[in-house]
Amino acid sequence: MKPVQTARYPEEARGALSFGKRFRPHEAVILALLFFCAAVSILTTLGIIVVLGAESSALFKEVSLWEFVSGTSWQPTIGEFGILPLVNATLMTSLAAMLVALPLGLGVAIYLAEYASERVRETLKPILEVLAGVPTVVHGYFALTVVTPALRGLFGQESIEVYNTLSAGLVMGILILPLISSMCEDALSAVPRSLREAAYAMGATKLETSVTIIVPAAFSGIAAAFILGLSRAVGETMIVALAAGAGPNLTLNPLKAAETMTGHIVRISGGDISYDSMDYRSLFAIALVLFLATLALNMVSRSIVKKYREVYE
Amino acid sequence: MSGREDFAVNLASRHARGDRWRLMFMLSTLLAIVFLGALILTIVDDAFGYVVMVDEVDQRSLVPDDERLESLDAEALRAVIDERLSPRRYRAIERERPFDERTAADLYDIVLYEIVKPRVAETYTLFESLFARRSIVEETTLAHPDGELVFRSWVNMRFLSTSQTARPLTTGVLTAVKGSILTISITILFSFPVGIAAAIWLEEYAGDNRLNRFIQVNIYNLAGVPSIIYGMLGLAIFVRGLERFTSGSAFGASTSGEVANGRTILSAGLTLAILILPVIIINAQEAIRAIPGSLRQSSLAVGATKWQTIWHQVLPASFDRILTGAVLAVSRAIGETAPLVVVGASTFLTQDPTGVFSKFTTLPIQIYQWTSRPQAEFRHISAAAIVVLLALMLSLNAFAIFTRNRLRRQKRFG
Amino acid sequence: MRLFKKSAPEANRLEATIGSGDSGQALEAKSLSIFYGEFEAVKRLSIGFERKKVTALIGPSGCGKSTALRAFNRMNELIRGVRTEGEVSFRGVNVYDPDVDAVQVRRWIGMVFQKPNPFSKSIYENIAWGARINGYQGGFDELVENSLKQVALWDEVKDKLKESAYALSGGQQQRLCIARAVALKPEILLMDEPTSALDPISTAKIESLLDDLKKRYTIIIVTHNMQQAGRVSDKTGFMLLGELVEYSDTKELFFNPKDPRTENYISGRFG
Repeated sequence: MKPVQTARYPEEARGALSFGKRFRPHEAVILALLFFCAAVSILTTLGIIVVLGAESSALFKEVSLWEFVSGTSWQPTIGEFGILPLVNATLMTSLAAMLVALPLGLGVAIYLAEYASERVRETLKPILEVLAGVPTVVHGYFALTVVTPALRGLFGQESIEVYNTLSAGLVMGILILPLISSMCEDALSAVPRSLREAAYAMGATKLETSVTIIVPAAFSGIAAAFILGLSRAVGETMIVALAAGAGPNLTLNPLKAAETMTGHIVRISGGDISYDSMDYRSLFAIALVLFLATLALNMVSRSIVKKYREVYE
Repeated sequence: MSGREDFAVNLASRHARGDRWRLMFMLSTLLAIVFLGALILTIVDDAFGYVVMVDEVDQRSLVPDDERLESLDAEALRAVIDERLSPRRYRAIERERPFDERTAADLYDIVLYEIVKPRVAETYTLFESLFARRSIVEETTLAHPDGELVFRSWVNMRFLSTSQTARPLTTGVLTAVKGSILTISITILFSFPVGIAAAIWLEEYAGDNRLNRFIQVNIYNLAGVPSIIYGMLGLAIFVRGLERFTSGSAFGASTSGEVANGRTILSAGLTLAILILPVIIINAQEAIRAIPGSLRQSSLAVGATKWQTIWHQVLPASFDRILTGAVLAVSRAIGETAPLVVVGASTFLTQDPTGVFSKFTTLPIQIYQWTSRPQAEFRHISAAAIVVLLALMLSLNAFAIFTRNRLRRQKRFG
Repeated sequence: MRLFKKSAPEANRLEATIGSGDSGQALEAKSLSIFYGEFEAVKRLSIGFERKKVTALIGPSGCGKSTALRAFNRMNELIRGVRTEGEVSFRGVNVYDPDVDAVQVRRWIGMVFQKPNPFSKSIYENIAWGARINGYQGGFDELVENSLKQVALWDEVKDKLKESAYALSGGQQQRLCIARAVALKPEILLMDEPTSALDPISTAKIESLLDDLKKRYTIIIVTHNMQQAGRVSDKTGFMLLGELVEYSDTKELFFNPKDPRTENYISGRFG
């Protein structure tokens, strides 16, 4: 039977093989497109910097930078743009959040990484992921309808306001808890097994191994988790918008209402606001502070993580 | 021989301390789960429960003695409307849609909400309703003698299928659900292709040079920028800068009387797309990285070009993981509130969104607005809206898992 | 699996008996079987180790020698799915007795691992840590110095005790790990292929240490290196497929093996 030749390669038709470089125009176009898509991220960063920078500098023509960073009163209606009350409230809610999330998150991580059996761990981790996936506005709802009334029941209705930074901070701690526990657990699990064995072989109990050997060995990873958690807390918006209060207030009392940077941006931009007003520009100046703060925290966190990866890999 | 006497016998106390801390670690884990449980319970607790309804106009005065309002036919309902509705409201409703064309159910609603005007006098949560029924009944008969105690599911068909209105009893989430779905569609349409393309560039093509390293670091940094900053970016770029395009006026789209400016679904969707892009890129990169080099080599070895290798081998092999990562990012976008408030979500919409150039509200925005109202009814409908939002997120994830499993099966046999 | 839950008086049982028990052997395994799930990695091993001698366990990889070694101080319990039968008698106490606390067993039977695994602490702390958790009441500086001298590391590190242990070379790290073990003044030192990750010079240093160390401790060393076993050990056991094939004086085993399988292994026909 004669083989049936149904198709021939172009080279065969030409009768000679060629190994010269061939230009493939459509692949070049695809390559350019792919690069452009990757470059969108640079455009985004550039956009953020330009937008925030331009609008803020317009504000700083009217308000001196010194006045902005050191002023103790934020009242745009009378031209007072001192960011301290907003920063103070942000720090207070973040601090409360970290006080909840750090010990609990580390506790959860130690339990999952060192104590829990495979099965328990496989059951608990998805639950924590669900907790991490709950939209923040739902956390805000929880803060306002459950935690605040509970706190008021605890401390007395008079001593604690309906809106307060404590309640917002506590719930924010719950929000950040899964992030911290999962990052800490990664850090603990990255500590080589041989260190655990070495500790046990010297007659250490499980607690002594975990707390005095494994946790210090994973310290940089844990620190990175804490810093990233702090950055998340500083940038978190909906919980504070709903529960912390609607009005800048320079106070150190967590039982009083105070507005955070994010809370202020959301409240003002949610109302009717005219473009090119001082109000409008001041929001961008706040956002700039927020952006720089979180960027710095994230970069520190990332560089720490990178360092500890290098130690063990 | 060995210096045993140098070591104190401290084993019992060491074990005791170990057990104490073990308990602490377990408790913190338990607490995290309790939080999630409390969150869910609160929502369920608020989404169902007894309400005391008080009618402004006694229903019995509208119908013959031995009949009930619900059982009246269309004709009888028309009669009640003709008799009791104020001329002004009559004309307004007639203009919306003539009474002759309306169904009996429609007419019943008009009688109920325009004439009877029920009002919620008191609400109870699910747990109160279940465990304190007796005292609720006593309280109600005392405080609201003409009130009617009914068990209400705040999540109900009417709630799901009605557009936004100003009153908590009659409002629904349809407007917000439509807004959320339209917005998220724009987000997916933009962020999936761009994100996957960027991931392909970074994993398959990008050489190890300064520019590419900068792009990579930049993406990691963007992933940590607070969402509200993206809202500011969207406000400045999409809403104001590109207003001609995002409002639709450049394309001659009529906004049917509504002046949306740039505060449209398109702007919102694009803002969310920019927001989740870094996460999608990072997840897709991990998925592509998981494909073994042997697959690429075998494809190149039969004379495929690099792009053919990626398009026919690498992408199909990694698509299930890429999809999972992307859907996780999208379900985060669905729950995003702050950037959309900044971009300019409408506080009240009289009309459902019809396209990408409509003004918008979304489910989280509705929840935010309803939660910030002091009245108890609004708390219950925000709980109901949360149930809808969580259901939407859940079904999105379920869909993604389903699709992924199907893709995996195909991969195994294909 | 609860490793450490023991009521107080029982927990100290090993402690109470450790001084008085005086069998001829430092450690004795009696029909010890170890299972990984269904797989029997060590089959009814019975072996006794003499005091202040170096005993080597040799055999091809996967023969169960490391598994057996890790059974002597109950390290296998840390791996999920490992089951142990039989007994290991130490100072007249079966360390697998339900009353015995694994923590205490490991404290008296020290271990050195394949790869150097110092803690991420300073050199000083690496040694002081174990002593501190075990309630050492003497002077720590003295203990650190003594321990480091025992492993001939003192002169090399005495000026950088506060530096991280990771700054040391691999061979130094492994000697630090030995120093860390001897700081607890254990009765027995288990060594699990302690030189397999080291260069020849570091290996030679550690081998020459063993001669010194056996004056104070009973040493059991697992090695896949026959020459090493020949150089350092007084007695040698040959294991194959989980069984102890032959056990005798090292010279005897190497030059006059009784079992043909031992002979095959030693002459390099398999392994």
